[in-house]
Amino acid sequence: MNLTPNEYQEMTKKASPGTKSYKTIPMAFLIGGLICSFGQFLTNLYQELGMSLDIASAVTSVSLIFIAALLTGLNLYNKIAKFAGAGTLVPITGFSNSVVAPALEFKSEGYILGLGAKLFIISGPVIVYGITASAVYGLILYLFKLY
Amino acid sequence: MELFLEYFYPFLVGGILCAIGQVLIDYTKLTPARILVAYVVTGVILGGIGWYQPLVDFAGAGATVPLTGFGYLLAKGVKRAVSEQGLLGVLTGGFTAAAAGIAAAIIFGFIIALIFKPKDKS
Repeated sequence: MNLTPNEYQEMTKKASPGTKSYKTIPMAFLIGGLICSFGQFLTNLYQELGMSLDIASAVTSVSLIFIAALLTGLNLYNKIAKFAGAGTLVPITGFSNSVVAPALEFKSEGYILGLGAKLFIISGPVIVYGITASAVYGLILYLFKLY
Repeated sequence: MELFLEYFYPFLVGGILCAIGQVLIDYTKLTPARILVAYVVTGVILGGIGWYQPLVDFAGAGATVPLTGFGYLLAKGVKRAVSEQGLLGVLTGGFTAAAAGIAAAIIFGFIIALIFKPKDKS
């Protein structure tokens, strides 16, 4: 059987199971929405305890990061992520998971170059590009006196 | 009704931001790491041009909990630092604003990775 690359691509497309977007997208919406609502609940709670909005949001982030780190350690986060998809990736809990999961997985390669280095395998790029983008923005503000 | 909306708007906006992420996963070849980077940078840009603040005012945690909110926080921190410290603020603003989140992720991540055992790969 002679196939051109295009024909082959068509065949694999037909044979591979399609992404069930009618399921994955609503699921991401639902779980992501719930995580954010829970974040709102925490923010309200912390404000009632006397924190300002800025402090309350920061403590909310820290709380969510802690919960997600713990759930990752207990091997529960990836079970939720399996059906939540981007719903557990996009919130700050996904950032926390991206720190803990590789650190835990590569612990066997040592505490320095395993755990210590792999901790940043995904969060590193996020910090690099986030901080660089913020510095570019800051430089524009400074140069054009927009502050 | 007010209480309902207080949680409905975060649910709606946070849900939509996650649904967009799912669309990117399903229909593009972007890996999760690339999506996270894209969200943070988008947050910095939208925060910088002032489009993200209205979303935060409207949806609270629905806008601050997704990673775009992390980018927005970086932009906000840099703006404040530049107005207070001038050129030095370009360097200090981002990390200052994000310090709690980054330190929490590193410290909790480190402790949890120390305590727990990796899952079986079976």
